[in-house]
Amino acid sequence: MKESISLTWRRIPERYKMLGSHCTTCDAHYFPPRMVCPACRRKGKIEQFEFSGNGKIYSFTEIHAAPSGFENQVPYVMAIVELDEGTRCTGQIVDACCKDLKIGDPVEGTFRKILSDDPEGPIHYGFKFRLKK
Amino acid sequence: MAGIVGYGAYVPKYRIKSETIAEVWGEDPDRIQKGLGIMEKAVPASDEDSATLSVEAARIAMKRAQVSPSEIGAVYVGSESHPYAVKPTATMVAQALGTIPNLTAADLEFACKAGTAGMQMCMGMVDSSMVKYGLAIGADTAQGRPGDALEYSAAAGAAAYLIGQDSESLAVIEDTFSYTTDTPDFWRRSKSDYPSHGGRFTGEPAYFKHVQGAFNGLMEKMDEKIENYDHFIFHQPNAKFPKAVAKKLGVSKEKIEPGMLVPTIGNTYSGNAPLALANVLDHAKPGERIFVTSFGSGAGSDAFSIQVTDKIEERRRDGYPLSHFIENKEYVTYAIYAKLRKKYKGM
Repeated sequence: MKESISLTWRRIPERYKMLGSHCTTCDAHYFPPRMVCPACRRKGKIEQFEFSGNGKIYSFTEIHAAPSGFENQVPYVMAIVELDEGTRCTGQIVDACCKDLKIGDPVEGTFRKILSDDPEGPIHYGFKFRLKK
Repeated sequence: MAGIVGYGAYVPKYRIKSETIAEVWGEDPDRIQKGLGIMEKAVPASDEDSATLSVEAARIAMKRAQVSPSEIGAVYVGSESHPYAVKPTATMVAQALGTIPNLTAADLEFACKAGTAGMQMCMGMVDSSMVKYGLAIGADTAQGRPGDALEYSAAAGAAAYLIGQDSESLAVIEDTFSYTTDTPDFWRRSKSDYPSHGGRFTGEPAYFKHVQGAFNGLMEKMDEKIENYDHFIFHQPNAKFPKAVAKKLGVSKEKIEPGMLVPTIGNTYSGNAPLALANVLDHAKPGERIFVTSFGSGAGSDAFSIQVTDKIEERRRDGYPLSHFIENKEYVTYAIYAKLRKKYKGM
C-alpha cells in the first residue's frame, strides 16, 4: 500500500505531533483538524491545538487479515481512543494484544513507524498509542 | 559552562535471553552468560527504529527541561542504524519535537560513541552562544550477524540530553576530553547488513587503549583524582570490559554498579554510555560527581566530568525513569526475534 509523498508530507504535523484544531467559540476539539467548526459554522473561531496523546480505549479490535504493508505486524490491535481533550481518533495500540486490553484502559501517545514496506520509498512515521502503566 | 538541562531514556519492550540465542547456535548458555555477562537484550518492535527511539527519549528530556521547542537551536542524532542512508534522522526527530524550522540538525556516526560526540558539539555551541539549547541523542537498533558473538549483545535503546547553560542545569558538565585514532576493530561497509569485528583485537588496542586514554587525559587536564567522584561509567560492549578497565584504573566495583545496564538490556551502541548516565542521574543526589567515558570503535573515547546540581530532584519528577522501560518487558522466541529484526530472507 503506497501513499504519495505529498499526502504524507501534508499530514506530518497531524501524525507526528497530533496537531488538531479547537473552536474557541464552543470549546470543541477536532482531530484530524477541521478548518471550520461544524457546530458554530461562520461564528466559530478555529485555532490549532496540540493533543496530549493521552486518552482511554473506547473500543478495539485485533487485526489478523492486514492490508498490504502491515502483514508483518499481524496480529495487531487497532482502537478508537477517546482523547482526554474530548474527541475520538483511531490508532494502533502497540506492544499489546487483545488479551492485554479492556475498554476504558488509559493509553498514551507514542511515536512509531506507520508504513515502511517499500525498500526504495520513504518511511512514514506517526502517532500510535500504548497502555499507560 | 554548559550542562544538562533535561534528559530522557527509552528502551523497547521486547527482550531475548542469551540462553535462547545460544540454544539456536549450539553454544553453551552458561559460557556465554559468564563470558559476556549479558543475560538478555532489548529488541525493537517491528515499527521501531532509531528515529522513533530518539523521539521517545527526547520527549522525556523535553518534559523534564520545560523548555519551549522553538528555543532549541541544534538537534544531533548519533547512531549507526539511521533508518535512511541519505535523509537525516535528526529531521524526523526535530519535526516530532516541534523544534522546526529555525535550527541546525544533522546525523552523527561514530560506532558506539556518536551520542556523546553530539553532546560535545552541543556543549561547544552553547558555550559559544551559537544556540541557547542543543539536543544530543544517542540511539540504535543494533544488528548482529546471526550466530556471531555480537548477536548476544547488539540491542536497542536511546537516550537524549538537552544541553544548555550551567545556571539552569540539573547537572553541570565540568569538562570533556577525547582520544581518537584510526583503529580498525569493528566496522560495517556500506551496503553490508551486519558489522564485522576483529575478535580479540577489539580489546587491548581498541577499547582499553582509548577508554584509558580519554580517562587519563581528562583526569590530568582537570588535575582530578578517582576518589573525588561518586560514580563512574565506562562504555559497556559486554559486562567484562568495563569491569576490567575499572580494575586497571583503580575504580571500585561499587562506583560502576549503578550504570551497569548491559547485563539486562545488552549493548545499545550509540545509546550505551548515554543510557548508563541516565540511569545514574535517575538516582543521583545533588552534589554527586559522575565520570563518564564512552567508546566508539574505529576508534575513539569521549570522557566527561559531571556534577549533579540541586535541580535534579525537581526535574526528574516528570517523565518516566529508565527503570520503567527496563522493567516493563516481554520475552520473545528466536523465531519472533528474527522476524522483528528482519533476518528472514525476502522480508
